[in-house]
This record gives sequence, C-alpha cells and structure tokens, in this order.
Amino acid sequence: MTTVTETHADTHEHGMSDAGYIKIAIILALITGLEVSTYYIDFGPLFMPALLTMMVVKFVMVVSYFMHLKFDSKIFSFLFYVGLGLAIFVYCMALATFKFFIA
Amino acid sequence: MADIATHDTDHATDHGHHSSTGLSNNKLAMWLFLGSECLLFGGLISTYMLYRGRVQNGPHPSQIYDIPFTSVSSFVLLMSSLTMVLAVSSAQRKDDTKTNLWLLITALLGATFIGGQVYEFTTFYREGLGFTTSLFGSSFYSLTGFHGVHVSLGVIMLLSLMGIIKKGKITGDKAEVVELIGLYWHFVDIVWIIIFTLVYLIPS
Repeated sequence: MTTVTETHADTHEHGMSDAGYIKIAIILALITGLEVSTYYIDFGPLFMPALLTMMVVKFVMVVSYFMHLKFDSKIFSFLFYVGLGLAIFVYCMALATFKFFIA
Repeated sequence: MADIATHDTDHATDHGHHSSTGLSNNKLAMWLFLGSECLLFGGLISTYMLYRGRVQNGPHPSQIYDIPFTSVSSFVLLMSSLTMVLAVSSAQRKDDTKTNLWLLITALLGATFIGGQVYEFTTFYREGLGFTTSLFGSSFYSLTGFHGVHVSLGVIMLLSLMGIIKKGKITGDKAEVVELIGLYWHFVDIVWIIIFTLVYLIPS
C-alpha cells in the first residue's frame, strides 16, 4: 500500500521525465516554425483556421505539460479554464457590441 | 493517533499550508491569480483587435512589423519555458545546482526577449509610431508593454529565487516555490503565444 502511495505521489509530483519535456519543446518549436511559414507561404482560405488551431494547440500543450495541469488536481484546471472561458466570453460580447465581427 | 497527527504536521510544513481539499493553498492562490490575469490580458488583446485598423497618422501594422525578428524572440521565450520546467524538475529531485543553473538560463532567455522588445519599440518609435500617434499605436504599446512588464517581473523573481535558494532561506517545500514561479513564467509564455499569432501573424 505504501509503495502504491509513494509511486502515485512520485508521478503526481514529477509529471514527466526531462526527455519528455524536451520532446514537447521540440513539437512546440516545430509548430512555431509552421506558424511563421504562413507569413511566407500562401495558405489560401486555410490561413486563418490553421493559425488559430496551431495557437490553441501550443497553448494547451504548454498548460497541460509544462504547467502540469494534465497531471495535477482538476481543481487547478477548473480555476484556470473558468477564468480563461470567462475572459473569452466577456470580450467576445464586448467586441460584438462594437460590431467587430461584422466589420 | 499521535503519530498520525505528527506526520500530518510534518507533511503540512514540508509542502506549505494545505486547504480542506488537501491541495496547497499557495498553488490554489497562484492558479486563481493566473485565472484573473486572463481577464487582464483578454481586455488588452480585445482592445488591440478593435483598434489595430484605426490608423489616421503614422505607420500601419504591416509597414513596421518585422516578423523574422519577432519569430526569433518568440522562439527564445518558448525555449525559456523548457528551461523553466527543467528547473522545476531539478528542484523536485532536490538538485540545487541544476535548479539554479536552469533558473539562470531561464532568466537570461527572458532578458534576451526583453532586450528584443526594447529594440523593437525603439525601431517602431524611430519609424514614427509613438504611444499617442494612433489608436493602433496606443493599443499595441499597451498590450506588448504590459506583457513586457510581466516578463521583467518574472526575470526579477527568477534571480531573487536563485539568491534565496543559494542562501538556504526557503523554510518550506523548495520545489513548490520553484513550481509557483514556474507557473507564472509559463503563463507569460502562453500569453505571448496568443499575442504572436493575433497581433503579428494575422494581418489587420
């Protein structure tokens, strides 16, 4: 029982190995390279969705792995994502009142 | 029973004060703070989105942005997140030497990013974009300036943390203190991930 508890605590505290973090960083660097390539290469109608998707993927990867939300208590995820969701909702509403999306 | 009570007290001392959820109060407070920071940067980003096309005087965004330069800055900040998480990992292994080394590298990468931002601001100013030149200029400098202040504060926190670790003045859980500073640092990085895409890469 003690062993199980200790193993759980170890995984919980450490999250990933250093090699795992380096792999995540390489993936993030590659996505950044792809993002920058949109400045030089014409992606046509895919330009905006591709950029926004890559931005969200990078955001989620940093929050999940580097900030350990994937391995930590769900309460931390709740606190952060509620703040983020509230921010997105409030500012989408604010921008809508300025007819930003129509313009 | 007494043994259990003693064990609980020791555990609480080692890992900071814990709430009724069994989680660290410090960590809860930091996540709550970061959640509220989303509202601050949300306001600044949406203001920029609203005003970036409002240029009556001075240069337009597309005329002054230097995407290759900003891409390198973004890469530097992104890599500082890796060095920060390696510092946290070293702190959890109680390896003070490596923790301090990774913290120093993170601070240097952060300082490099700030240096790049100072260079960018200076260049933009010389090209005719002042803080009050246009609504675009005001919203751009407010957004990126606020972010720059956050990075600068992060660098100061990293350097202070190194000094505190070297002097052995952390009484509680050292790894948790490094992790808390790390959470702030990563937040600054994710804000830049959004700014880089919405401000620099998507044309107005």
